[in-house]
Amino acid sequence: MDFINAIVLLLNYIFVPALAYGSQLALGAIFVTLIYGILRFANFATGDMMSFGTMVAVLFTWYFQSLGISLGLLPTALLAIPFAIIFMILYMLTIDKFVFSYYRIKKSPPVQLAMVSIGVMFVTQAIVRIIIGPFDRRFFDGEKFILKAIEFKEMTGLNEGLTIKSTQVITLIVTVVVVSILFWFLNKTKTGKSMRAYSDNEDLALLSGIDPKKVVMITWIIAGVLATIGGVLYGLDKSFKPFTYFNNMLPIFAAAIVGGIGNPFGAFLGGYVIAFSEILITYAYKKFFTYVLPETLEPDSLLQLLSTDYKFAVSFSILVIVLLFRPSGIFKGKVL
Amino acid sequence: MRQYANVITAYAIMILLIILVGIFQSWSVALSILNFCLISAVMTIGANIQWGYAGLINFGIMGYTALGGLAAVLVSVSPVREAWQVGGLNMILCGGMIAGMVFSIRYVLKKIEKSKKRNYAITAIIIIGLILLRLISGPAIEHIEAVNPAKTGFLGGLGMPILFSWIVGGFFAAGLAYIIGKVALGLRADYLAIATLLISEIVIAVIKHEDWLTRGVKNVIGLKRPVPYEIDLQSTPWFINLVEKFNGGKLKLINSLTERQDVLSQLVIDASSVYVKLCFAGLFLIVVIILLFITQKALYSPWGRMMRAIRDNEEAANAMGKNVVKEHLLIFILGSAVVGIAGAMMVTHDGLFTPGSYRPMRYTFLIWVMVIVGGSGNNFGAILGGFAVWFLWIEAAPIALFLISLFTSGLADTNTFKLHLIDSVPYFRFLMMGIGLLLIMRYRPKGILPEKINIK
Repeated sequence: MDFINAIVLLLNYIFVPALAYGSQLALGAIFVTLIYGILRFANFATGDMMSFGTMVAVLFTWYFQSLGISLGLLPTALLAIPFAIIFMILYMLTIDKFVFSYYRIKKSPPVQLAMVSIGVMFVTQAIVRIIIGPFDRRFFDGEKFILKAIEFKEMTGLNEGLTIKSTQVITLIVTVVVVSILFWFLNKTKTGKSMRAYSDNEDLALLSGIDPKKVVMITWIIAGVLATIGGVLYGLDKSFKPFTYFNNMLPIFAAAIVGGIGNPFGAFLGGYVIAFSEILITYAYKKFFTYVLPETLEPDSLLQLLSTDYKFAVSFSILVIVLLFRPSGIFKGKVL
Repeated sequence: MRQYANVITAYAIMILLIILVGIFQSWSVALSILNFCLISAVMTIGANIQWGYAGLINFGIMGYTALGGLAAVLVSVSPVREAWQVGGLNMILCGGMIAGMVFSIRYVLKKIEKSKKRNYAITAIIIIGLILLRLISGPAIEHIEAVNPAKTGFLGGLGMPILFSWIVGGFFAAGLAYIIGKVALGLRADYLAIATLLISEIVIAVIKHEDWLTRGVKNVIGLKRPVPYEIDLQSTPWFINLVEKFNGGKLKLINSLTERQDVLSQLVIDASSVYVKLCFAGLFLIVVIILLFITQKALYSPWGRMMRAIRDNEEAANAMGKNVVKEHLLIFILGSAVVGIAGAMMVTHDGLFTPGSYRPMRYTFLIWVMVIVGGSGNNFGAILGGFAVWFLWIEAAPIALFLISLFTSGLADTNTFKLHLIDSVPYFRFLMMGIGLLLIMRYRPKGILPEKINIK
C-alpha cells in the first residue's frame, strides 16, 4: 500500500505537472527550432510573440464571455484560439514583410537577424503592454478539475490524492494533436518536404524549383499556430502575464537547443527533458521516502536537491552542460 | 579637426538636450539623467570592447552588472560579527572545499587520459563535493540568516570605502567572465548569445536566493557614499553661504526676514541634492574619461588592429599566427570587467542593492540597443549611444504623453480610448527603443557615429 501511495505522490506532484509544462515548452521549442532551421536565426522575440497571440485570445475570450457564448465545461478560450491564430499570423507576416525579409534577401549574417529580432521583441512587448497592460490575467473558465484529490482518495482508499486539472488534460490532448499534424505535414506532404529541403540546403532547394517565398510564408503560418496555441495553453494552465512570457523564452530556448536546434522532434522531446528535470531536481523527496523506506530509516531533512528558487537555473545548467559536451544537442540538429 | 565635426555636433546636441531638461523640468532631474548616462556609457564601453572590437556577442551584461553591485555591498558594508561567529568558519570551509574540488578536477583532467574512468572520477568528485557542501553549509546558512533577519541576516562586507569596490567589481566580473569564457567562447555566435543570456540568469538566481551572502530580495539599503549626504550639507555653514551668494539677487527681493529664511532653506534643500549629484557626476566623468583614454589607445594600437583582424577574418588571423582563442578570452574578460565597474558605480549611486531589479530587458538588451544605435567599434559612438538611448528611455514617457494628447486632442477627456492610452504611457519607451533599433539597423547599420579606421 505504501508503495502505491509513493507512486501516486510522484504522479501528482511530478509527473502530471511536468507533462503539462513540458507540452507547453515543447510547442514553443518547435516554434524556435522552425524559425532557426528555415529562416536561420535565433528569434529573441519568441516569448513576446507568444504573449501577443495569447493576448488576442484573451481579448476574444472576454468578447465571447460578454456575448454569453461558452463551451460549457471547456474553457471559452479554446473557441478564441482560431481567431487569435489568424491575428498572430497576420502580425508575423507583417513583421516579416517590413523587417525580416530585407535582411533575408540581403543574406545578412544570422547575428544581425538576431539583433533585429531584439528590436521586434521591444516593439511586440510595447504593443502587448499598451493594449492589455502588464498585469496578471486569468481567463480560464469552465470546469477546473477532472479528478479532485478527495474524490481520488475516496475511490481508491489511498492516503495520497491525485489531482488532475482539466487544463492539464487539454494541454496534453491539444499538444499531441498539433504535433502529430505538424509531423505528418513535414514528412508526408509536398510542401512539408520542400520546407525540409530548404532547411537542409537552401541553394539546392532553390535549384530544384522550390519557391522560397512560399516556404517562408508557410513557416510563419506554422509558427503562428504553434506560438498561439502554446501561449494560450500556458496561460490557461497558469495565468497570462506579459513578463512571464518574456521569461519563458529562456527555458524554451533551452529546450530547443537541448533537443538539437533545427530538429522539431528533438525540440518536442527537449521540452519534456527541461520540464521533467526542473521539477525532478527541485522536488522535496521527504514524503516519498517516508513511504518507501522502513520506519527506522525515515529521513529528517527535506531531501531536496535544490530549492525551488533555482527552477530556471536547473534548465539553464542542463543547457550549458549539453552545449559543452554535445553542442549539436541530444538529437542531432540542423536538419528539419 | 573636420573628421571630428560630427562627433562634436552629436555630443553638443546631447548636452544641449540635458541642459534643456534642466531648464524646463529641474536641474535635479537633468543631473540624475546625466549620471545614469555616464554609467550607461561605462557599460557601453564594456560591451563595445567585446562586440565592436572583437565581434563577440555577450548577452550576459546583466550578470556582470549585478556582480559589480554585489562587490559594492561586500566591500562597503561593515561586517556582521555575530553572523561570522555563528557561521563564518563553515562558510570559509565551504569556500576552501570549492577550491579543492576545482583543483582536484584539474588534477584528474591532467593526470588521467580521456576515458570513461576520467568521466566517472570527475562525476564522483562533483557529487561527493556537493553533498559535503550541503552538509557543511546548510546549518551555517540557517544560523547566519537567523541573526537579526530584519536588519542583517547576512555576513556583511569588509567595511571599506565604497570607491574601492569599483575596482573589486571589475575583478569580480572578470573572474566570472574567465569561467564563462572558458566554457562558452568556442560556441557559434548565436549559441554564445543564448548561453551567456542563460548564464547571467543563473548568476541573478544565485544572488537573489543566497541570502547569507547578499540578503537576497530583502535588499541591502543605506550603503555608504563617497560624497556628502544631503542632510549634512543642509546644516553646513559654508554650503548655506554659497547658496545665499548664488541666489543673492532673488533673496534681496524678499523683504520679510522669516520669509527670506524659509525661501533660503528651501533653496538649500534643492541645492544640496544638486550638489550631491554633481559630485557623483564628477566621479563618474573621471571614470569615463580614463576608460575612454585607455580604450582609444588600445583601439589604435597594434593590439587593436589585431583584434579587428580577428573580428573581420578569424581564419586569416589564425593563419598569421595570432592565438584567436586566447585573444577572445582576454577581450571577453576585459569587456566584462568594465561592465562590472559600471555595476558597482550604479549601486554606489543608488545607495542600495536590489537583486530583484536586475532584469534582462533593462540591463542586457537596452545596453545592446545603446551600442548598436551609437555605433559599434567606435568608442565615441558607443558612449553617445549610452547617452542618447538613456535620455530617450527616461524622457519617453513625457514625449509619449505629449504626442498622445496632441493626436487625441479631438477626443473628450473622458474617452476610454484616450484614458487607456494615457494609462499605458510608460510602455511607449519599449516601442520607441524597438522602432529606433529597427530603423537604425535598417538605414544606418553602423550606428550614428560609425566606426572609422584610418590606415596610414
